[in-house]
This record gives sequence, structure tokens and C-alpha cells, in this order.
Amino acid sequence: MLAKRIIPCLDVTDGRVVKGVNFVELKDAGDPVEIARRYNEAGADELTFLDITATSDNRDLILHIIEAVASEVFIPLTVGGGVRAVADVQRLLNAGADKVGINTSAVLNPQLVKDAADRYGSQCIVVAIDSKRVGDHWEVFTHGGRTATGLDAVEWAKKMANLGAGELLLTSMDRDGTKSGFDLELTRAISDAVDIPIIASGGVGNLQHLVDGIREGHADAVLAASIFHFGEYGVDEAKRYMKQHGIEVRL
Amino acid sequence: MSVDIAVIDYGMGNLRSVSKAIEHVAPAMTVVVTSDPGVIAGAGRVVFPGQGAAPDCMREIDARGLRQVIIDVAHSKPFLGICMGMQVLFEHSEEGDTACLGILPGTVQRFPAEAMVDAEGNKLKVPHMGWNNVHQTSAHPLWAGIEEGERFYFVHSYFVQPAMPDVIAGFSHYPFPFTCAVAAANIFAVQFHPEKSHNAGMALLGNFVTWNPGEAEAASDMSGAACT
Repeated sequence: MLAKRIIPCLDVTDGRVVKGVNFVELKDAGDPVEIARRYNEAGADELTFLDITATSDNRDLILHIIEAVASEVFIPLTVGGGVRAVADVQRLLNAGADKVGINTSAVLNPQLVKDAADRYGSQCIVVAIDSKRVGDHWEVFTHGGRTATGLDAVEWAKKMANLGAGELLLTSMDRDGTKSGFDLELTRAISDAVDIPIIASGGVGNLQHLVDGIREGHADAVLAASIFHFGEYGVDEAKRYMKQHGIEVRL
Repeated sequence: MSVDIAVIDYGMGNLRSVSKAIEHVAPAMTVVVTSDPGVIAGAGRVVFPGQGAAPDCMREIDARGLRQVIIDVAHSKPFLGICMGMQVLFEHSEEGDTACLGILPGTVQRFPAEAMVDAEGNKLKVPHMGWNNVHQTSAHPLWAGIEEGERFYFVHSYFVQPAMPDVIAGFSHYPFPFTCAVAAANIFAVQFHPEKSHNAGMALLGNFVTWNPGEAEAASDMSGAACT
């Protein structure tokens, strides 16, 4: 039976992982390769790297990281952040990424999603949707949640799936950083509206939230950063908890 | 330069993961990613990966003049098909109504929308993406050291339906059983991605790089699976 996936997310800036990572005896807490290796050993089903490098000068550093990680960590790697053109998708794939996340640029230029999917296949195009509740619906935001777009999140998700996205990474900006759990209503609304897999993100504070995201939110995968980075829970521990609650996982 | 392993590059997606994984399990071997028919024909063994859509794959294979060499090496060398590189070995794909290589008899079809519901009534997504159990139906050398039911990483919307059940080497469930591995003489082909399947995937690739299908076995097994 297909397992639900747990995906740790690493924020990378200027070639270093930011946010403390609390692995025991980690020699260098900011080394993306060592962190990726540890997550892999702990049973992560995939890894997502979000490049939050502010200056274009250091953008290429992510390519070196992906090359190094892809040479020794043989699970799917997704990279997002700063993808503006098909050429960016190509550079990341050539470096060893398996999937590329497109967020703000999908809103500015939806054709990019279609062009990239046509060229490299839907399986490697993940459209990231940042959404906030506005009145009785959810709206898409860009630029890290700062810019409202006026787009309805459910309709936008359907449009992205139709243009060729292979997967959607859905982040609730209302819940992100709150540790109060996923926005289950939002996750379910989008997951039920499209046929492609949904990765739920934003708000995980404990292991029950992961279970809820799948059971109540109908997510196909759950992404989390801080609960893993700060060592509150291990990926293996999260999987055992999910299994105890009747969720199919890869152990 | 003598090439131990050729990874066929026909412009369909990213082959770096495949070549890196093979280099990892075969550090002493020469691995090249190539679209040169001469290099492919001269290699000791061949890996045929692929991502994307069937019509594009077939078009790109022909645009690079690779059809004949793929057919030749599939009949003569240890040959590993991965994902789209498995699907196009068959005769026809429902994806874009595409005539494929016809090296193995059978067809490729999409997960039918009406069947995509699990036992609890939940909708199943297509593509089938993630880690699923692979059940082995034969004691093939490429399964050596890999547990029955081990999980491998999948991402696909279409699956193969071999005309001859004796080529089936493994199956998975989504939600019904579908063929995810086939074996015929010196061909082994999988729907999942061994290069992304951590230890189990590395075990399978490691088995491939040392696999020596017997010549007698090759001749007799291929008689029923003649190229069309």
C-alpha cells in the first residue's frame, strides 16, 4: 500500500542551513549535506530545500549543495526558491534535484508551469501555494506571504493541476510558525478538489498534527521544519506515531 | 574508452540521479550518460531511464536515431529499463495513443479514474507518487538481498500490461495489483525509481551492475518475446 510521506524542509541561505538543527553530535549544524544525510538515515521519505538566499550573487550556492547531496542521498530531493524561468528549472534538475518548487513565479507567469511540465514532465514540477483565509475563502499570497493576489486558492490549485503541476505544496500562512496544526479545512478543500498529491505545510507543533493532516486534511504527504530541526521529534519517531494511528508509512 | 555502463540520454528528463546512483554502487566502473549509438552499442551493460510523456519519448528516441540500437542492446546485453524506459519497451501506450518500441508484447494504460478509491472510500491521487510495496513474483538475480514487499519510490500515471504473464517479475497495489517489474532474458525493467529508493534501490542497482544473464537463458526466453 502506498505510504504517506514525511518530508523535512530545510531553509538554505548563502549555502548554509538556517534554523538550528539538533541532531546529536552534528559537527556542523549548518552543513546541508550532513543534515540531509541524517534525515535520510532517520527515514525521511523525501527532502525539500527552500533557498531563501536574498542576493542573486549567492544563488548558485544551492546548486553545489544539491550536487553534493544528490551524490550520496538517494531519495527524492525537491528544491524551491527563486525559480523564475525554465532555465532555472533545468539548472536545478541538472544539479541533481528531482523536483522543483515554483511559487511566486507561477502567479506572475502561469505559463512557466506549463512550459516546465511540458519540457521536463509533471513529475518534477511542484507548485507551492501560500494561502491565507480571507472572509469565507482562502486567497493565494506571494513573496513569502506579503503580497495578496486576489486569487482563490482552491481555483488556483485546480488551474495549476490543469497546467501540469505534478504535486502541490500547500502552506497555510495563518498557521505557519504557530505550532497549532495544519489548516485542515484548507488542506481538505484543496486535496479534494484536485487529483494530484497534496503536501500539507504550515503549523505543525506535535505528532498528532501530522496524523490530523492526513486523516482530516486528506493530505498525501506532510512537510515540517521546526519540529524536526529543533530536535523535538525525530522523523522515525513521527513515523512510528503515525503507524500507531493507523497511517501507512515507510518504516 | 571502454564503457562499462551506458545510460541512454534521449533528452527526456534528468539523468543525473540515475548516473550518480550507479556510480555509487559501481565505483570502479565507467559510467557514461550518452546519446551516441556507437557508445551504447559498445557498452557492457545499458540503463534506459526516462521521464515525461510517451509521445515525446518516442519522438526524441527517433530524433536521435536511437531506436535500432535500443532494440539491439535490449536483445544482447544486461539491460535495465526504468519508469518510462520500461513503458516504451512495450508495443503501445494509451498516453497520446503512441506506438512504442515493441520489444515486449503488451500495452501501457492509465490508472482508470473510476478505480481510484481505497478500501475506506478515500480518493487515490494520480500520479501514483511515493513509496509502495513491491511484491516479487520470481527469484530473479536482481531481487537478491531485497526483502519481499520492500518499498520503492514510484511516480507515474501509467502502468504496463504485459501480454505474457511469464515476464512479470513484480507487482504493486494502487489500489489493484499492477505490474511494476518485468524480466525477459537479459532485460529487467521497473516502473519505480531504484535511483531514488534508498537502500533497496541501491541493492537492485548493485545487483544489476554484476548481473550476467546466461546466454542459453537469453536465447530461449526471448523466443516468445520477439521484437515486432
